[in-house]
Amino acid sequence: MIIGDSKPLEEILEMIEGRDKVLVLGCRGCVTVCNVGGEKEVGILASALRIARKKEGQPPSVEEMTIERQCDPEYIEELAEVAEEYDAIVSIACGVGPQFVSERYPLVAVFPGINTTFMGGATEHGVWVERCQSCGNCLVHNFGGLCPIARCSKSLMNGPCGGSASGNCEISKDVPCVWHQIVDKMAAMGRLQELETVWPNKNWLTSRDGGPRTRVREDLKQ
Amino acid sequence: MRLQYPTNVRVIQLPCSGRVDILHLLRAFEDGADGVYVAGCMEGDCHFLTGNLKAARKVEYVKTVLSELGIEPERMEMFNMSSAEGPRFAEVAQEFTQAIKELGPSPVPAAQAA
Repeated sequence: MIIGDSKPLEEILEMIEGRDKVLVLGCRGCVTVCNVGGEKEVGILASALRIARKKEGQPPSVEEMTIERQCDPEYIEELAEVAEEYDAIVSIACGVGPQFVSERYPLVAVFPGINTTFMGGATEHGVWVERCQSCGNCLVHNFGGLCPIARCSKSLMNGPCGGSASGNCEISKDVPCVWHQIVDKMAAMGRLQELETVWPNKNWLTSRDGGPRTRVREDLKQ
Repeated sequence: MRLQYPTNVRVIQLPCSGRVDILHLLRAFEDGADGVYVAGCMEGDCHFLTGNLKAARKVEYVKTVLSELGIEPERMEMFNMSSAEGPRFAEVAQEFTQAIKELGPSPVPAAQAA
């Protein structure tokens, strides 16, 4: 899923300063699962913003709404009758949400309430880790199911580098060296010899380096 | 025991302090409460094992929100006491009320009664 972090309240308050009627808009997709932008977090952020406004003697007109997904136009459409009533919409979806909302309602000021950080999963309740960098050409099967692009600090295809010590990366003792893990895993699987393959330079055109990406499925397109 | 504690303390009963939610605590401040505290069981004595520990973490979270909003985080506290400690309950109510009185009214105006 896409993981995010709440923006500091101060930053959000600055964004909506002078805008009377505010909507905090949540998303029931990834950000609900990673506890940063679902119905619950909408309630918490809206309550905090109302407290801030009441404290300053301003009208606390901060309303709440959560839609199924902010990355699909049919759900954004649910705002059609109300969007223009607001002086600001604070979207707490990933970075896709505020863009889809502002593209559909160009006259409304839309602000991001979270910082989108990475694509990953939960290793335990309350802990999320990065697992994918959407390079556009998945090769994890060659590395024991572990991704050296997303999980090696240098995205090395032919690792480990000399900075690996005691199974950890040189950038921090808290970051495991994925190449150490790859070697251990491949050895355990009896596939160590596969790591003798020398990988040529990766073609990054399928990643962000090739510019913004679009995917079209002709069979689904209407 | 017929213990006395300040009449301004409004008790909201929950099946376990672990049931308390960040939103419950924030809404109280939103409605103008001058202070809010959670009274949970002694650490290690939770019938549900970790309810009071979870409550303490939520209380800490709300304290950070209050700080970010420029409101004294001391207005939010967690106390641990056993259900057999009636006198301690009354004592905490008095102490917390006193601490809040010293801080003065919340900068958030109280909600008007409906």
